Amino acid sequence: MEKHIKTPMTREMVKDLQAGDYVYITGTIYTARDAAHKRMYESMLEGKEPPFELKNNIIYYLGPTPAREGQVIGSAGPTTSSRMDKYAPLLMEHGLSGMIGKGKRSPEVLKAIRECTSVYFAAVGGAGALLSKCITRAEVIAYEDLGTEAIRKLEVEDFPVIVVADSAGNNLYETAVDDYKREHIKASNPQEGGCEK
Amino acid sequence: MRTIQTDTIIENIREMCIEANLHLSTDMEQAVLQSEQTEDCELGRQILGQLRENMKIAAEDQIPICQDTGMAIVFVKLGQDVHIEGMNLSDAIHEGVRQGYREGYLRKSVVKDPLIRENTKDNTPAIIHYDIVPGDGLELLVAPKGFGSENMSRVFMLKPADGIEGVKASVLQAVKDAGPNACPPMVVGVGLGGDFEKCAILAKTALTRNIDEGSSLPHIRKLEEELLDEINRLGIGPGGLGGKTTALAVNIETYPTHIAGMPLAVNICCHVNRHIKRLI
Repeated sequence: MEKHIKTPMTREMVKDLQAGDYVYITGTIYTARDAAHKRMYESMLEGKEPPFELKNNIIYYLGPTPAREGQVIGSAGPTTSSRMDKYAPLLMEHGLSGMIGKGKRSPEVLKAIRECTSVYFAAVGGAGALLSKCITRAEVIAYEDLGTEAIRKLEVEDFPVIVVADSAGNNLYETAVDDYKREHIKASNPQEGGCEK
Repeated sequence: MRTIQTDTIIENIREMCIEANLHLSTDMEQAVLQSEQTEDCELGRQILGQLRENMKIAAEDQIPICQDTGMAIVFVKLGQDVHIEGMNLSDAIHEGVRQGYREGYLRKSVVKDPLIRENTKDNTPAIIHYDIVPGDGLELLVAPKGFGSENMSRVFMLKPADGIEGVKASVLQAVKDAGPNACPPMVVGVGLGGDFEKCAILAKTALTRNIDEGSSLPHIRKLEEELLDEINRLGIGPGGLGGKTTALAVNIETYPTHIAGMPLAVNICCHVNRHIKRLI
C-alpha cells in the first residue's frame, strides 16, 4: 500500500505501517552510520544526551559523497544496516521511531522494533543519485570530524522507502522471497503471475 | 625499451576513478535495462526501474551511481620492456586515486588502521595487483569496490571430493547468505583453484570481466550458466524483496591447484560493478 508520512513519526503513525507498504517520507531525518553510532552509543552509556532528539525521529544509515557546487548533497543511498545492529536497540529505547537502511537485521533489533513500536524501512541500495534528488537540505550537526560519517540533519521530500520490519513483528525479507517463489510456481497460470506486494 | 612517465599514469588513474563512478560499463548497463523487461515481480520491476533512472541521473548530473564509491582496486599489467620514469609506480597510482577522489567529488571511505579507524581523507591507499607480462605495453584496470557486497564475500577451502556439486552448493550458500545485504541484482565473481589468496584474487578478477563474455573454457562456461540459472531460482530478487533477477551474471576464473585441494572464493558485487580498462 502506498502511504505518505510527515516527520516527526509518532508511535501512532508507526502502528499504521505494515511490512510491504511503500512509504514516501517528508520532513526532517538524521544520518548516522558506523562511527557516529559507536560514538553516540558510548556517550549515551556514560549518561550523556545524544546529539539530537531521538524521540519520534528517523535515522538514515547514510554516508554521502561530497556535494558539487550547486548541489544539496552528493550520492545518498542506504548502507547495510546490520552493522548498526549492536547500537540500534538502545536508540529505540530512547525514543527512535524509525530506521532507513538496507539488508537484514538481528533478532535483537527486530525484538526492539516490536517492543519499542519502531519501524525499519529499506531504501533501494545502489540508487544514491536518484535518492539525492529527494533531499532538499543537508547540514552537519555533530561529529564533523568523522567526514562522510558525521551526523547530518536532512530535509527530505517524498523520500521513497519500503517497510521491511513493522512493529507487529512482520518481516518482508522473510516473507517476500517465499511469497515470490510460491506465486512463481503458480505463474504457469498467467492469471496468477508475479509476487505479492 | 619503452619509457612511460608517471605523470601519464597519474592522469589516467585520476580520470578512470571518476569515470568508473559516474558511468557503468555498457555490459552492466544493458544487463540492468534488460532485467527490467524480464522481471516478473512487480516490486522487483519497480526497483529495477529506480536503478535505471539512477544511472541516468548519475550521468546527467555527475552524481556517483552509488554513494559507496569504493576502495580503489587497481590491476596493473606491466610489460617487461617498459621503463617507468618519474616516481615510484605504486606512489603514482595512489596519487591518481587521491586526485580522482578529490576532484570527482567521490567519497573517502578508507581508514588507515583497521582497529583505530581514522579516515585517510583521500581514499588512499589503493589496493594494487601487479602482473609482469611480455611486451612494452601497460594496462591499467581500475575497479572501485563497494563494501556492502564485499562484506558478503567468502572463501571456501573445498576438498577435491566435493567436486562440482560442492562448488555449486558453496556459491549458492554465499548468495543466499548475502541476500538483501549485497544490493541484488548482483554479479557473482568466482575464483576456483590456486591457493588461499590466489582464489580470492581470481574472484576479484572475475568481476572485472565483461559479463557478456563467458569463460573461454567450455566446462567452466557451462558451470557459469548453470549457476546463474540456479541463483535466479532462489527468488531473492531486486533489493532482496522477491523476484527472478538475483544475479546478472556469474563469472568464474580458474587456476591450477594442489592435488589435495580445491580453493573457492566468491566475491560478490552489486549491479554497480565498476571496472574500466586502459592501455597506455
